[in-house]
Amino acid sequence: MSFSLPKRRSEQDFSEAHPVYSHHDALAEARRCLFCFDAPCIKACPTAIDVPTFIRKIAEGNVRGAAKAILAATILGYSCGRVCPDEVLCAGSCVLKDFPKPVIQIARLQRYATETLVREGRRFFSPAAKTGKKVALIGAGPASLACAHELRLLGHEAVLFEKRQFPGGLNTTGVAPYKMQADDALLEVDYIRGIGVEVRTGFEVGRDIDPLSLLREYDALFIGIGMGRDTRLHVPGESGAGVVNALEWIEEMKTTDHRALPSGVRHALVIGGGNTALDAARALCRLGVPEVTMLYRRTAQVMPGFRHELEAARLEGVRFVERAVVTEILRDGQRLSGARVRIMDEETVLPADFIVVAIGQTKWRDTPMKLPGVELNEAGEISVDPATGRTGNPQIYAGGDATPGMKLVVQAVAEGKRAAQAMHRDLLQHVKGDR
Amino acid sequence: MVDLSVNLAGIESPNPFWLASGPPTNSGDQVMRAFDLGWGGVVWKTIGDPIVNVSSRLGAVDAGDSRVVGLNNIELITDRPLAQNLREIREVKRRFPDRAVVVSLMVETKEDWREIIRRTEDTGCDGLELNFGCPHGMCERGMGSAVGQEPKVIREITAWAREFATTPVIVKLTPNVADIVEPGRAAVEGGAQALSLINTIKSLTGVDLDRFVPYPVVGDRSTPGGLCGPAVKPIALHMVGALAKDERITVPISAIGGITTWCDAAEFLALGATTVQICTAVMHYGYRIIDGLVDGLSNYLEDHSMTSVRELIGRAVPALVEWGDLDLNYRVIADIDPEKCIGCQLCVVACDDGAHQCIYVPGAEAKPGHVAPLAAQAAEKLKVNPDYRVPWVDETDCVGCNLCALVCPVPDCITMKAVETSRSFETWNDRIRRGTAFVPGGLHDSRAR
Repeated sequence: MSFSLPKRRSEQDFSEAHPVYSHHDALAEARRCLFCFDAPCIKACPTAIDVPTFIRKIAEGNVRGAAKAILAATILGYSCGRVCPDEVLCAGSCVLKDFPKPVIQIARLQRYATETLVREGRRFFSPAAKTGKKVALIGAGPASLACAHELRLLGHEAVLFEKRQFPGGLNTTGVAPYKMQADDALLEVDYIRGIGVEVRTGFEVGRDIDPLSLLREYDALFIGIGMGRDTRLHVPGESGAGVVNALEWIEEMKTTDHRALPSGVRHALVIGGGNTALDAARALCRLGVPEVTMLYRRTAQVMPGFRHELEAARLEGVRFVERAVVTEILRDGQRLSGARVRIMDEETVLPADFIVVAIGQTKWRDTPMKLPGVELNEAGEISVDPATGRTGNPQIYAGGDATPGMKLVVQAVAEGKRAAQAMHRDLLQHVKGDR
Repeated sequence: MVDLSVNLAGIESPNPFWLASGPPTNSGDQVMRAFDLGWGGVVWKTIGDPIVNVSSRLGAVDAGDSRVVGLNNIELITDRPLAQNLREIREVKRRFPDRAVVVSLMVETKEDWREIIRRTEDTGCDGLELNFGCPHGMCERGMGSAVGQEPKVIREITAWAREFATTPVIVKLTPNVADIVEPGRAAVEGGAQALSLINTIKSLTGVDLDRFVPYPVVGDRSTPGGLCGPAVKPIALHMVGALAKDERITVPISAIGGITTWCDAAEFLALGATTVQICTAVMHYGYRIIDGLVDGLSNYLEDHSMTSVRELIGRAVPALVEWGDLDLNYRVIADIDPEKCIGCQLCVVACDDGAHQCIYVPGAEAKPGHVAPLAAQAAEKLKVNPDYRVPWVDETDCVGCNLCALVCPVPDCITMKAVETSRSFETWNDRIRRGTAFVPGGLHDSRAR
């Protein structure tokens, strides 16, 4: 079974910010790599992709070998190549930063190397002999997918339970459409499923099945449920037409043909200073909104959004206002007219006919709490042992955005893989113990 | 103003930069365009009985993004009628009387040599270059390198040419020999008034791995060609130096082989060449490179207080000696500039795997008693910055091989600094003379047995 999206989706109105390299562009870029010894880019990658090796293989014309080197470390290497902020990871550590030459475009090379092979469904890895052990994974985002693939490699069965209609997590529903579109995310999910991973969508643990019964039915459990719903502003006037929550808005663009914007939007406000806020602001610019203003309650210095993303947003025309707190959404009858904003203690009214709220997501407090031994930290994240991803319950593991750490696809992959390897050790011990 | 003019066996040239015999000197139109831009002389593409060429004709060696570091060809001598070449040579010389116009010749019999020399000199050209070098096509017909590989034949044909010629005779040598000195001496014995070298090196540049045909592909076949371009420069330098050094080579040399920049040219001049000939670089970038050649060489000479290029000729020849005359007590060690280093650690892996295991990453401990001035500093910096990657050198273990400096991608980051040793100049040959040329630990070491 394959997961099909509507043929027509609003995200298709966006063109790619960084199209895939042509063969000659990739060669020219790959040849610039110095092939450092004990390279810092490897250490900067949460999944420790052997970057110099895969780039050298591209330079030698061995694209298939390059793809295998990437996917051996990161089975989501294709989407990582498209969404990874390599500016702050591998490419950010490239030694050429101290040289009068641009750093190597590692993520773009990674996408180039994996694009064709993932599209063709070329398989490099096959499962080990069956162990008879079964693992249930809650959520079908990057952490669970990476965990499931690794479990299959090691010979275990893996079943993913996803409450949405589509697997892939934020890769499918949350990535800015000019970076990657939902069909490509699903393509990668299909590629990963090819090793024999079962994905049950529209199936919510806690609603459709009691998590405790999962614990009885399966040898281990992995929680990869990401974060919760968008946080609301809780200011007067918030409810009503013209105000959307960022992730819901992006998901709608990516999975439906609903119009992304009402007609005639001239002034859009984006509230928040994270990467989702930046994605939303850039998307609004690309949709042709003449005035896009980001309002952030603190300063650019401390904002959670990446500096390079802010720079890119500014280049696209986004106005960034620091120390701006929205106190009221103003309406002319039902129609949205603006926002009352306190900017550095001075109150002003900004006109607005579209507002995107991107001030973070709630932490999921429901499912794990019902599982014995699974505890949350103060930030509402699931507490895990950083070396194994094991929760307080030895049968339950977790990873991805639901757990502490960088909220990045590549980080989720690293955590999923790490948990799978720990489960493998534990499950095999049980096998021995059974005898 | 620096004087760049030179005189090769009586052939005057306003500067030492000549176009070598090849595609850039194929026609009068081309040569006149080159002279308009300032080239000092040309050697006209080899004339003789016209031939038939094949398609394709060239293959290349690339190094990463650097295209054509080596160029290989299977093109033969001129395919144009003799009378047309001669008419154009006459016209070029009439229009550019101050430039050197040398004509490359290749024919077979003594009568043919007599006839072609007579008709060529009738154009008013300044000299003749006998093509004893091409390693492809013509050699199968008993010409080109078939001549250049037989000292007796070189001597004989050179003598014929001298008998018939009134202008200077330059003999162009093939590098496809075991020892270049032998054919060089044969040419001089035959009466050559100058030598030019190297012609191309017999080679294959690659194989089409889909069609299983070597390059350059001619239908479903290929054949070895002659290699030129930057890749052959080290071989050419060695051969030019060997002839310049030989006491029986008493004639001037026109150097050929991978010259691309003024710096390459200056090196050949320092190793004894009077003029340099350039072909591949022009095939790659065009005649316009002459501006950088003339300008660069002039500035270099000025910076080194030379008023004439003739002061440069042969300056490095005395320093070229055999291994046994090198100073065994001279010592250099690698010096890494921590300010310039970008931390790629290519020197670390090169030294570790391919040299003498004396470059270490920050945090590694220095061996007791060894001199490693930057080891402690690197360890300190690593404590402050876990990403610190500048390596350090164990100077006690460093043998001064140069490898690290050669692989370092940052200009001037790793330099080799000479160190004072208490021991004075001593060569292996000195030790042989003194009877101290014995190194313990070998087959003949009685203590080891």
